[in-house]
Amino acid sequence: MPGTVQSIERAAAVLRLLAQSARPLGVVEIANALSLPKGTAHGIIRTLHSVGFVAQDSRSGRYRIGSGLLRLHEPPLDHNELRACAMNWTDTLAARTGEAVRIGVLTAPLELTVVHHVFRPDDSVQVMEVGRVLPAHACALGKAVLAYHPDSPALLRDAALEPFTPRTVTSGRSLLGQLSTVRERGWAADVEEFTGGEAGIAVPIRDHGGAVVGAVGLAGAPQTVCDGGRNPRPRLAVHVMETARAITGELAIRRE
Amino acid sequence: MANSTYVVAIDQGTTSTRCILFDHAGRLVSVAQREHRQFFPRPGWVEHDATEIWRNVERVVPQAVNQARASTDQIAAIGIANQRETSVLWERRTGRPISNAITWQDTRTAGLVEQLSADGGSDRFRDRCGLPLMTYFSGPRIRWMLDRDPVLREQAEAGEVLFGTMETWLIWNMTGGPEGGLHVTDVTNASRTMLMDIHGLDWDQELLDAFGVPRAMLPEIRSNVEVFTSTTSVLPGVPIGAALGDQQAALFGQTCFSPGEAKCTYGTGAFLLLNTGPDLVNSSHGLLTTVGYKVGDRDPIYALEGSIAVTGSLVQWLRDRLGLISSAPEIETLALEVEDNGGCYIVPAFSGLFAPHWRSEARGLIIGLTSYITKGHLARAILEATAWQTREVVDAMNADSGLALKGLKVDGGMTSDHLLMQTVADVLDVPVERPMVSETVSLGAAYAAGLAVGFWPELRGLRRHWHRAARWLPEMEPVRREREYGNWQRAVERTYDWLQHEDDPGT
Ligand SMILES: Nc1ncnc2c1ncn2[C@@H]1O[C@H](COP(=O)(O)OP(=O)(O)O)[C@@H](O)[C@H]1O
Repeated sequence: MPGTVQSIERAAAVLRLLAQSARPLGVVEIANALSLPKGTAHGIIRTLHSVGFVAQDSRSGRYRIGSGLLRLHEPPLDHNELRACAMNWTDTLAARTGEAVRIGVLTAPLELTVVHHVFRPDDSVQVMEVGRVLPAHACALGKAVLAYHPDSPALLRDAALEPFTPRTVTSGRSLLGQLSTVRERGWAADVEEFTGGEAGIAVPIRDHGGAVVGAVGLAGAPQTVCDGGRNPRPRLAVHVMETARAITGELAIRRE
Repeated sequence: MANSTYVVAIDQGTTSTRCILFDHAGRLVSVAQREHRQFFPRPGWVEHDATEIWRNVERVVPQAVNQARASTDQIAAIGIANQRETSVLWERRTGRPISNAITWQDTRTAGLVEQLSADGGSDRFRDRCGLPLMTYFSGPRIRWMLDRDPVLREQAEAGEVLFGTMETWLIWNMTGGPEGGLHVTDVTNASRTMLMDIHGLDWDQELLDAFGVPRAMLPEIRSNVEVFTSTTSVLPGVPIGAALGDQQAALFGQTCFSPGEAKCTYGTGAFLLLNTGPDLVNSSHGLLTTVGYKVGDRDPIYALEGSIAVTGSLVQWLRDRLGLISSAPEIETLALEVEDNGGCYIVPAFSGLFAPHWRSEARGLIIGLTSYITKGHLARAILEATAWQTREVVDAMNADSGLALKGLKVDGGMTSDHLLMQTVADVLDVPVERPMVSETVSLGAAYAAGLAVGFWPELRGLRRHWHRAARWLPEMEPVRREREYGNWQRAVERTYDWLQHEDDPGT
């Protein structure tokens, strides 16, 4: 049997110490309490801080248990709760842009399930799509989530992806390229990559701790979603980003 | 009004107080919300702290205004919608409530109501006020409070103790409180006291005598849409342009302006209102006749109402009292763990049964329990209870109006529940539609206030803002629908006559 890893043992001791302390502790206090050299204690604390397990008091500079540790226990966000939190804001997005709005969550490695759908506000006949499963690689909603998913590089690097239209991105490597653009500008798009005659813009939804829990997006005819050069209109993307931010705010209030 | 960009709506609801800003296109711009405490001091008693509610208003209004980065001069008007029938008495000099507000779900007046019905039956005042004698309404509540304390009655007769439903309490506080606060109500809220003549729209001396309520403690009755006055606190200088009961506000927000148009709002309880135009329709199937709305000096518009006491509050009960879920929307997740109700039915007669049964002595039950039943089945049964109660009210509406409802417009917090909305469509066998703004209570208050100050020129134009956001189509097999409805009805019958004595716990 392999031996134990000393630095992890020490990190555990630091966490236990902070958890049991009634007040935030300084580096020297921690080092003394655990008989560690100050430099070693500092390294451990900085590492725990970087992963969110330890938080630093901004005024005193002392350390306490971080919210990341508390959240380890939290169950994942309920999809129906996500819909309830989002509803006011997705309605407003549809009313502002005149397009249909959806929220999707990743339910299998490359599968996105629609958990909320607001009709395009033109009172035409439309079918409720809640529960519909979409290929994540071929729609804006899916790309917005994949861009921040830790498994995406491994999953996509050598993947051949299913085509749905001549415009579907079928090479995993090209998709990874697109995902890095998504991360740079904060929004994802698809133009007739899943359905002919439909284009979409989507933005990831983050929970109060910053984790991506799904994506919100609008979809409509390329003539309205895109400019003359068939590029999605950045003005619409701004509305979607505002919506995602508002939903994050609502999630934070609900979790209080 | 030319520079104003927003209307502020305050929705003082049963579980929370919300403030929402709407823009000229009727779109929601910002929201702030705060829940208040529910007190259950005895079985059947449900109270709120009116002071806490006023504080919540003082907090959420500036929050919502700041969220929209708006300044006071950008706000055209304030509209208020409120939980109806919830009653509070307070001292005019100090602004202090005499006690907690007694809410609309509270059944403590059961004994009194029974006494009053002994002489002439529970419909003895229906011709005058449109309502049957029930614990639901405010009149008996005022009498109950005054009966407990002779000194209080003297003070009420001297106008030193004031009565109000929540809009009255809020307007009084927003306009100076003890320093000259305006003591007013509106026709919709007043129509739920049992003290107002539903034809003449003023306090009725015979009703006041019958209930023993002194006129001096009552607010002045106003229209729904008119400039009441300007506020002195919260948003100083902004006119209050509207006050309506929440359900009437939702009717307004759904732009049900023509006779025959109806909506159902799903919150703590659920309330189906049908616009009957300037005609007062008396129900022979257990519905209430109520004022829909009154715009300025125009004739009032009346409505038929089917009131269901317990819908969302049953979900809250599962969350807070049984602890089986940690948030209301999780009930859908739990319900989807199973295919059906497993033979289990829940009839939530927590405050007796409201429309169309009106049985104060009924109490809730869970029936069909076998060892097969899981919490998933209970969750299903809870959601189905809301759907079947809607069905009963729709059947009554169809019978009274002689027309069959072709579709149902819905709104309120529970409409975010996809499974529930599908179930409602299934059991009604008609399409169910949700509008682009599901905060329709607030939207209605905003529309009404905006009309009062000319922010919107006229009623009809508001219809342009209504858009369908979702639509659920019926999918249930007719045979199954009939069988399930039969089971539900048998379960309902079994709740009758549960309370036998006035002093039973649970009265
Ligand atoms: N997804 C949901 N499924 C079922 N019930 C819900 C859901 N979301 C909210 N509710 C219920 O809806 C009610 C809140 O709706 P709301 O319109 O705010 O009510 P009110 O105006 O009466 O306070 C609560 O009783 C809550 O239990």
